[in-house]
Amino acid sequence: MTLQLICFYAFAAVMVASALAVVTVRNTVHAVLFLVLTFFTAAATWILAEAEFLGIALIVVYVGAVMVLFLFVVMMLDIKPESMREGFIRFLPVGVVVAAVMLVEMLGLIGVKAMAAKQMPADPAVADGVAQNTAWLGKALYTQFLLPFEIAALILTVALVAAVALTHRKRTGVKTQKPGEQVRVMREDRIRIVKMAAETPTNPTTGESA
Amino acid sequence: MITLAHYIVLGAILFCISVAGIFINRKNVVVLLMAIELMLLAVNMNFVAFSRFLGDPSGQVFVFFILTVAAAETAIGLAILVVLFRNRSTINVAEIDSMKG
Amino acid sequence: MITPKLILIVIALAPLFGAIVAGLFGSRVGRAGAHSVTIAGVGVSFLLSCYVLYQLATGGWGVFNENLYTWFQVGPLSANVGFLVDRLTAVMMVVVTSVSLLVHVYTIGYMAEDPGYQRFFSYISLFTFSMLMLVMSNNFMQLFFGWEAVGLVSYLLIGFWFKRPSAIFANMKAFIVNRVGDFGFLLGIAAVLYWFGSLDYTQVFNAAPTTLPGKSLELIAGHPWAAATVIGVLLFIGAMGKSAQVPLHVWLPDSMEGPTPISALIHAATMVTAGIFMVARMSPLYELSDAALSFVMVIGATTALFTGLIGIVQNDVKRVVAYSTLSQLGYMTVALGVSAYSAAIFHLMTHAFFKALLFLGAGSVIIAMHHEQDMRHMGGLKKYLPITFATAWIGTLALTGFPGFSGFFSKDAIIEAAHESHRWGSGYAYFCVLVGVFVTALYSFRLIYLTYHGKERFVVEDKHHGHGHDAHHGDAHDDHHGHHEPGHLEHAPHEPGWVVWLPLVLLAIPSIVAGWWIGPMVYGDFFAGAIANVHPAGAEAAHGAHEWHGPLAMLVHGLTAAPFWFAVAGFATATYVYLFNPSIADKAAKAFAPLYRLLQNKYGIDDLYFAIFARGGVGLGRGLWRGGDVAVIDDGIVNGSASLVARVAATVRRVQSGYLYHYAFAMIVGLIVLLGGFWLAAR
Repeated sequence: MTLQLICFYAFAAVMVASALAVVTVRNTVHAVLFLVLTFFTAAATWILAEAEFLGIALIVVYVGAVMVLFLFVVMMLDIKPESMREGFIRFLPVGVVVAAVMLVEMLGLIGVKAMAAKQMPADPAVADGVAQNTAWLGKALYTQFLLPFEIAALILTVALVAAVALTHRKRTGVKTQKPGEQVRVMREDRIRIVKMAAETPTNPTTGESA
Repeated sequence: MITLAHYIVLGAILFCISVAGIFINRKNVVVLLMAIELMLLAVNMNFVAFSRFLGDPSGQVFVFFILTVAAAETAIGLAILVVLFRNRSTINVAEIDSMKG
Repeated sequence: MITPKLILIVIALAPLFGAIVAGLFGSRVGRAGAHSVTIAGVGVSFLLSCYVLYQLATGGWGVFNENLYTWFQVGPLSANVGFLVDRLTAVMMVVVTSVSLLVHVYTIGYMAEDPGYQRFFSYISLFTFSMLMLVMSNNFMQLFFGWEAVGLVSYLLIGFWFKRPSAIFANMKAFIVNRVGDFGFLLGIAAVLYWFGSLDYTQVFNAAPTTLPGKSLELIAGHPWAAATVIGVLLFIGAMGKSAQVPLHVWLPDSMEGPTPISALIHAATMVTAGIFMVARMSPLYELSDAALSFVMVIGATTALFTGLIGIVQNDVKRVVAYSTLSQLGYMTVALGVSAYSAAIFHLMTHAFFKALLFLGAGSVIIAMHHEQDMRHMGGLKKYLPITFATAWIGTLALTGFPGFSGFFSKDAIIEAAHESHRWGSGYAYFCVLVGVFVTALYSFRLIYLTYHGKERFVVEDKHHGHGHDAHHGDAHDDHHGHHEPGHLEHAPHEPGWVVWLPLVLLAIPSIVAGWWIGPMVYGDFFAGAIANVHPAGAEAAHGAHEWHGPLAMLVHGLTAAPFWFAVAGFATATYVYLFNPSIADKAAKAFAPLYRLLQNKYGIDDLYFAIFARGGVGLGRGLWRGGDVAVIDDGIVNGSASLVARVAATVRRVQSGYLYHYAFAMIVGLIVLLGGFWLAAR
């Protein structure tokens, strides 16, 4: 048992435990934090497989951005944990049975034995002569997958716009400046020149005009 | 040494935990979204493992795309959740059944 | 350039032209216009037909056989419009056009008050055209066209007074019964096409002696039928429908619902003889099958005797004549069956004249009696209708075969031929035609006595107030029955105008003298080439020619022969019973009550058809309606599928709970099942 394997087992154990915690803990905020831990350990296992770029990206993008977004939302919404856990005990056996059956089926189907015989080869990045994972991945991404890459960028933009458009709302009764209208204003909008006869001073005592 | 089986079994376990999570947390949309994130992670785990063991960068590129789409999905899902909460004052799935036939 | 071809085309198309003008532009040309143009058309046809007959009889022309127009061509089969005009055709053309012309003239008087005047002229001209197409045809296809066309016009004319339920019933009946016959006819044509590959008469007749023998068809497994027999029987089934032979005769008596000129033209003189003409035309085919001819003979003999018997108990003046027609058609059919085709055609010709005469005479009586048809309300009409009376006597004498009149010669030739025949069934046929002579005389003179002689059994209510005449005639055409008490007349009967009695007189002449042409037509070789009347084995007609010493000798011989004495017996019986001692008839009816009832019920054949075919058809239709249409199609397929979808949807919509986790659950279960399937497949 090598150090690598020990590390893998450790990370895998933490990962499974925290994943279980994600779906079972009572407090949603805690669930999000356990999810962060799951992602973190997953990133660690990826790095063990010399996929450093994706491991780092998972931490930076997911843990750093997406999970924070989750936390924001969860904290922002007033969720009563009790009402959310209705039927938890009732559906626990079903969930466990379904999950177990599925696991057995998947493991049976994918042929674990054959895969257990497959040792990890030398780093393919090195074999391809680019020395490291990031360069290896980047080369594929910017040559072979350039168009999907740009489409992915577009999808992200659309998601951004959609998220804003969904949550945006007009607030009434809020006084704000409208710079556009301020700039557009003309003289005629502001002043009115009124022509009238000159007034003569009146006599304060008699009230007659002079 | 770490073998391919280690990663694949790990991914399968993760996937099944998320399935169970969907079952037992049937009321909380936030947890459901998180379970879906877990499911995607399980898939990503497989992609990374096969890419590494078969020496093909395409698998990892796909992980990259899945991360992108998952991020977009999470953003929009949470946005919908916010709007939903604003309109119905609940995120209880049992109370959201407009699709009832 | 007047060629034979042009003349024949004009003969065929002139009546069609008249029919189109009178039918489509009837309201524009008016009544006088309609009858003028149709009479002109038929008149032209008649004159030219006489010319054609003269040319053919004197040898001025050869046989005309030419295709005029090709309708379509499919592979080796071509459907043509063409004329085959030989002496047989020419005789038929003259018979058709002459009777048609006289009926046209007669109709001016008979239908004078009818609102459907132009329509009627259009129909009878169309009929003349159809009948000419039928007889002039040179192929089976055109024959079938004419066959169906005359059937159509017959249908239209039987139901001419379409407001009468009985007329509609009768025309439906005629049409449906004819459909049965036509089905056989069509099958016969198909059989001809199957064995000969051609529909042209000449080709078929030339090929028949070499093609048909030895060929057979197994209609029932193990019982091969000779091809000639199959063709002959099938074609004759068509003739049974059209010429009203037992058991397809039931439509003809009911067809008397039509106007009387139609009964004379279509249902006595011409259309019903189409079957006789057709068999004579097909004689080269029939000569190849003794079995088919025996079949024809037995059917004809049965018709000749048994329908005549029914005529004795009828009281409607037209129906008596109708049953007489049936009986005479049976005579012609017997003649066909014993291979005496020329005798059949000869009788067809004489019968056309004297039967048209009888019908038109009956029509004249009906006009005079204000559309009263029941003989029990007539009697003693001879002093009111002298011309009709005289011509009716002539017609009756001709019909009963009084020596010297046309019917004597033609009928004697048939009886003689039946007597000489040795074909299977000829004994029965001879018996039937011989007894038939007695029966014919009995019902014919009964008609004469009941109608023209004896006491007047009607009352003339001589009303002298104003409304009578016009009001009466105003509704006469709408409702010919029941608008006055039976036997009560508002005016004394009187002879109708010249348009009515002139045709009677003109028909009376050939009724007397036509028989004297028997020499060349039956015993000579007038029809040589047109009819295969010289049969090497049977040689009935040829045998007759052996003894042939001219019409006078035949006349003298006839006075001592059996048929004459049968006729005399019939005449004597009728005279005694109906003229001198009318009470005997009722006594006889009571004495032979079962027999009388059997005849009254027309042997129950009508009732049988009603019970089996009409009621069965209605029952089948109702069953298919209730069971097939309503239950299976409406409730089952149409509404059933709709309600099935609705019911399934009502059940399935519960699955659509709207809860996200239900959908997710279904998805996951599906995934598990799919994985399990893969797993099982992989192992």
